[in-house]
Amino acid sequence: MTTNTSTLPEYLIVGASIAGGAPQDLLVRDGVLAAVGPSAAADASAAAITIDAEGLVALPGMVDLHTHLREPGREDAETVETGSRAAALGGFTAVHAMANSSPVADTAGVVEQVYRLGLASGWVEVRPVGAVTVGLGGERLAELGAMAESRASVRVFSDDGVCVSDPVLMRRALEYVKAFDGVVAQHAQEPRLTEGAQMNEGDVSAVLGLTGWPAVAEESIIARDVLLAQHVGSRLHVCHVSTAGSVEIIRWAKARGIDVTAEVTPHHLLLTDELVRSYDPVYKVNPPLRTSDDVHALRAALADGTIDVVGTDHAPHPSEHKECEWAQAAMGMTGLETALSVVQHTMVETGLLDWEGFARVTSVAPARIGRLAHQGRPLATGEPANLILVDPAARWTVDPATMATKGRNSPFRGLELPGSVRATFYGGHPTVLDGRLATPRPAAGPATAQEAPAWSI
Amino acid sequence: MKHLLSTQDLSARNALRLLDVAEEMSAVGEREIKKLPALRGRTVVNLFFEDSTRTRISFEAAAKRLSADVINFAAKGSSVSKGESLKDTAQTLEAMSADAVVIRHPASGAPARLAASGWIDAAVVNAGDGTHEHPTQALLDAFTLRRHWARIGGGPSAGTTLAGMKVLIVGDVLHSRVARSNVWLLTTLGAEVLLAGPPTLLPIGVGSWPCTVYYNLDDALAQRPDAVMMLRLQAERMNAAFFPSTREYSRRWGFDDGRLALLDTMGLHDTVIMHPGPMNRGLEISSAAADSPRSTVLAQVRNGVSVRMAALYLLLSGDHHDEQDGEMHDELPATTPEGRIK
Amino acid sequence: MNVPASETGIHKRVVLAEADIDRALTRIAHEILEANKGPRDLVLLGIPRRGFPLAQRLAQKIAAVDPSVDADLITGQLDVTLYRDDLQRNPTRSPLATQLPPSGIDDKVVVLVDDVLYSGRTIRAALDALADLGRPRIVRLAVLVDRGHRELPIRADHVGKNLPTSSRERVRVHLAEIDLIGGSAVNEVVIEDRA
Repeated sequence: MTTNTSTLPEYLIVGASIAGGAPQDLLVRDGVLAAVGPSAAADASAAAITIDAEGLVALPGMVDLHTHLREPGREDAETVETGSRAAALGGFTAVHAMANSSPVADTAGVVEQVYRLGLASGWVEVRPVGAVTVGLGGERLAELGAMAESRASVRVFSDDGVCVSDPVLMRRALEYVKAFDGVVAQHAQEPRLTEGAQMNEGDVSAVLGLTGWPAVAEESIIARDVLLAQHVGSRLHVCHVSTAGSVEIIRWAKARGIDVTAEVTPHHLLLTDELVRSYDPVYKVNPPLRTSDDVHALRAALADGTIDVVGTDHAPHPSEHKECEWAQAAMGMTGLETALSVVQHTMVETGLLDWEGFARVTSVAPARIGRLAHQGRPLATGEPANLILVDPAARWTVDPATMATKGRNSPFRGLELPGSVRATFYGGHPTVLDGRLATPRPAAGPATAQEAPAWSI
Repeated sequence: MKHLLSTQDLSARNALRLLDVAEEMSAVGEREIKKLPALRGRTVVNLFFEDSTRTRISFEAAAKRLSADVINFAAKGSSVSKGESLKDTAQTLEAMSADAVVIRHPASGAPARLAASGWIDAAVVNAGDGTHEHPTQALLDAFTLRRHWARIGGGPSAGTTLAGMKVLIVGDVLHSRVARSNVWLLTTLGAEVLLAGPPTLLPIGVGSWPCTVYYNLDDALAQRPDAVMMLRLQAERMNAAFFPSTREYSRRWGFDDGRLALLDTMGLHDTVIMHPGPMNRGLEISSAAADSPRSTVLAQVRNGVSVRMAALYLLLSGDHHDEQDGEMHDELPATTPEGRIK
Repeated sequence: MNVPASETGIHKRVVLAEADIDRALTRIAHEILEANKGPRDLVLLGIPRRGFPLAQRLAQKIAAVDPSVDADLITGQLDVTLYRDDLQRNPTRSPLATQLPPSGIDDKVVVLVDDVLYSGRTIRAALDALADLGRPRIVRLAVLVDRGHRELPIRADHVGKNLPTSSRERVRVHLAEIDLIGGSAVNEVVIEDRA
C-alpha cells in the first residue's frame, strides 16, 4: 500500500497561546509541527484548514501513565476503543494501559494484543504496562524482558491494584528492569494493614464504621521502596500518592538523589473523605479519598515538583459494581474526560501551576517516565504534532451519561468545572475538533512509520 | 422524618419527640388490649441480611401492635453478589408496596444506600448496619436512662432530657454500632459520655468524638457515672490480636463482681448497669452484675418495643410532604478544600 | 389574635365570651346530673387538648352541686390520635397521654367532653379508643360548640351552643388553662373567616 503524505490535510492553527504565552500560529503538516510562529501562515499551503484558536491555549498532548482500559477480559467495563476515545476527548495523545486485565498483561502476547488494539483504534497512543509478577500474584516475576522487547516495547511495569509487597521480589524487579531502562510503578499498599479496608482511616471512618485504610500503609511501602531503589540504583515510580506523609518521604528521597518519581490523581487533588458520608460508592477508590490536609499537601507537592505527574487512574466499572452497598462496591473512578478540568481547577486557577507547569505534569514528565520520545515534546518547529487546544475560559457541568467512556462512575458528576478540550492532534491527525470526536488516525500510514521506537531516546 | 438511619443526624427535637411518643406507646403496652389501629393497611417489611431474632421480634411486635401488616424477609446467604441482591430485593419490596423497610445488614451504610438510591420509596429504618449505627437500640437505651433519671429526680419522664447525666460505655467501641449510636444520641440529649476500652478497640478518630476516653475502666468508674453500659465482645475479635486473651480482657475491662461491689463502696446507689444483649456472662459482665437490681437489661428489651412503635408511627403515620427536617443538617463539613459538592 | 383584619385578611368575631362559656358549662353540668339522676358512676373524659380543661371545669361544677363528688376522681383524658382516620392526610401528630380516673371506665357512665363538634370523626375515634380501654355502661357526649357539618351519624347529648357556620369558617376555642393571647389567659370562642 502506498500513501502519498502530501494528501494528508494540513492544519493552520491561528492565534493559539502556547502554554500560556503570546498568541502564535502553528502549522501541522505530515505529523509534525512544520512551522511555529509568524512563518506558519506563510508556509501553509492554499489547501490548509485554518483553525481559529483565539483565546485557546495550545499544550502538548497529555500523557497518562495510569489508565485502566479493561480489555482484554472486562469489555463490559471498557474497551481499548471506548477508553481511547475518552482519552482523546480528555486531551490525551498517549495512555498507559494498566496490566490488570484478564488475562493479566504479564506476557509479550497480551501486551502486544493491547498495543495492536490501540493502533487499530487510532484515537491515542496506547502503551501497555506490563505486570511485575505473574498474574499479579506477587510470587514470581513476569517475563519483563520479553515484554520490553515485544512490539509493545513495554517500559513501565506495575502490579497496580495490588502492591508488590514482598521486599525481595520488589528488589529483584527494580534491579531487573535496569537492563532495558524500565521503571517499576508501585501501588503502595501494605496488605496486612489494609485487610478489608474501605476508606481513609480517620475521623470519618470512625463515625461511619467503615474499616480504615491508614495512611501508614502507603507511607511504609514508599519508605521501603525508595530505600530499595537507592540500594540497587534503580528508578522507581510511585502510583497515586495520596497522603501528606507520602509527600514528605518522597521529598526526602529526592533530596537524597534517589531516582524516584511520583504521581497524583485528579481526584486526590480535589476530593476528601467527607464525601464518603453519603455511602455512595462512586466515591470508593483505592487509595481512598483522604483529608483536606492531604489534598493541600498533594497540590503543593505537585507544584514544587516533589510529585512529578498527574495520572488519572481512570477505572471504569459497570453500573452493577457501583449500585450496591459500599462494602460490596468496586473501587475506582473514571477520570480521562475530567482530568484536564480538575487539574486546571485545583492547580492552575489556584495559581499553583501556570500552563507551562501544567504541561510539565500532564505531558512532559509522564512521557519521560514512560520513555515516550515523541510525546511531551515542546511545541516547536520540527517536533511531533501531539498537541491539544484548550479553552480555559469554558465552564461545563460534568454529566457522566454523556461521556465516551463506558464507565458512569465519575465522582465529579454535577460539578461545574473550568476548561474544555477543543481539539486534539495525535501524530498530526485531529482526533478531536470543536470539542467533539473527529476521526481516528489511520492505523497504517506514514505517521505510524514515523513514530520513533520507544527506546530510542 | 422520612427515614431513621442514624442518631448522628437526629436533631434533639426529633429525638425528644421519639422518646415522648414512646412513653405513650409504653402506656399502651400496659393495657389489656395492646393493639392500636394507627398503621392499619400499612406494610412493614423486616429485611434481615443478618440473623438477629431479638431485634426482628421487637420490630415485629412493634409493627403488629400498630396494626401494620408485617412481612419478614430473611435475605441472608444469597449466592449472588450482595450488591445485586440489595438492589433487586429493594425493587421487589417496592413492587409489593412496602411502606417501611426495617433493614439489618452486615455492611455499614446499607440502609443509607437504600434510602438514597431511588430503588425504593418506602421509609427506611436502620435496624443495625455493620459497625455503623443501631439507632433504635440507642433510642431504647436513652428511653431507659431517661426513665431512670426522671425517677431519681422525682419528675415525669416525658419532655425531659438527659442533662446532667454521666454515662460510661465500656468495651469494643471500634466494632460497635450500639456505641456509635449511643454516643451521638446521648450527647444530643445532654448527657456526658465516657468511653473505656482497650486502645486497640477504640477507633482512630475517636478523639474528635464528644466524649472522654479512658483506657482504664477503674479510672472511668472513679468519674462516678450514673450508668455503665457494657458492650458485647464479638467472638471474632477474640482471635484477631486486639487483646492478648479473654482472661486479660475480662480482668481489665469486664464488669466483674469486684467492680459491682465498688459501686456500693463508692456510694453510687443509683448507678445502673446496661447491656444491649446478648450477654457473654463471665466475659464482659459477671452474672452477679447482670442479675443485680442495678441491671436494666430486661427493661431495655421491654422498652425496645415502645421505642420501635414510636419510630414506625412517626415515620409512617403522617403526610411528610410539608415537613421540614431543616435542623437535621445544620453544619455539613466541606467535601473539597473549596467547600461542599452539592 | 389582636391583629387587625386588614393585615391578615381574616375576619374574626367573638361568639361566646368568658361569661357565656361559664353559663353554658353550668347548664351542661346540670344536664349531666339530671340525665344520670345524680353523680353515681359518672366519669368525664376530656379529649385533648381543650376537651380536658372543659371536663375539669364540668367536674368542678358537678362537685359544687353535689359535695360528695371529688372532681379529680371523676375526670380523665382520652387521647384519640392513634385512632384517627385522617393520620395519612396530615403532618405527623404526636399522641398525647391518656389518663383514666382510678375507678377505671368499666360499667361507668362516661361523658366524652370536647370543645367543638364538627365532622364527628374525632368522636368516632374516641369511641374506638374507649372500646380498647374498657366497657362503659353508657357513653354520652358533651361539647361546648356544635358547628354542624356532620360526616358521621353522631350527635351530642349536651351542647353549650349551636353555631351555624360555613365550612370556610374556623371555630376557635380559647381556654385560660391552655391559651395565652397577648400574654394573658383568655376564655372565648371566636369564628374566623378568611375573607
